[in-house]
Amino acid sequence: MTEAVFFYCFAALAVAGAVLTVTMRNAVHCAISLIASLGGVAGLYLMLSAEFLFAVQIVLYIGGIMVLFLFVIMLVNLEAAARERQFHRAWPGAVACAGGTAALIAWFWLRGADTLRLPPGVQPTPREGGNVESLAMVLFREYLVPFELASLLLLVAIVGGVMMAKKRI
Amino acid sequence: MLAPITTAHYLVLSAILLLVGVIGILTRRNVIVLMMSIEIILNAVNVNLIAFGRNLDQLEGQVFAIFVICVAVAEAAVGLGILIALFRNRETVHVDEIDLLKW
Repeated sequence: MTEAVFFYCFAALAVAGAVLTVTMRNAVHCAISLIASLGGVAGLYLMLSAEFLFAVQIVLYIGGIMVLFLFVIMLVNLEAAARERQFHRAWPGAVACAGGTAALIAWFWLRGADTLRLPPGVQPTPREGGNVESLAMVLFREYLVPFELASLLLLVAIVGGVMMAKKRI
Repeated sequence: MLAPITTAHYLVLSAILLLVGVIGILTRRNVIVLMMSIEIILNAVNVNLIAFGRNLDQLEGQVFAIFVICVAVAEAAVGLGILIALFRNRETVHVDEIDLLKW
């Protein structure tokens, strides 16, 4: 019962924040709504017993990426953009495409309702050392090469970001 | 009395978030809001991965979510750099005004 209440609270926060992000006029308001949405998703991570990802979501997404977004909003003059049209001229087609996708998902959902009937309330087995330690065991033992590739990707992203944003190298 | 929360609840929520993000990408003109919509979509994917990981009682879902977050960070950094370069050269943040390669 308590779990359901918390789930619906976090889910409402996530969805409402996302909807406001795509509908608000001012980009700063969009960013603040996105922060609310990311916070709701972080709460859902906590409910799914992914404590490490909860912390990563708060520190990295809300603390890091959103500050980056707000810096760029500050650098780019958006006051003129906020007064203009916010949606494409082709927006009905886009909404129709999204509606079609939703209908497709719903159709498959209803068709496969029996296979998707997952066992309710699966309690994860408590692991020795908690979520962070067991996650580190999996990450550094079985997924070491992808982990190193990810660090390479981040290096390339750093260099690329500086290259793109700088006026003259 | 509310029904107990199952994995299917998380999957439905993830689908809703994904659709909201897709609508944002397809309809908005502002590039910054487009990138925020991409972040919403990646978050929906993460919810899906972690929900299935918990359903199967495996940690691989969370490991994949870490990689997804990593790619999202790289995308945001490079994308915002491109955005600054774009604004410097074209003085616009609207995607429908950037039509040099359009026939």
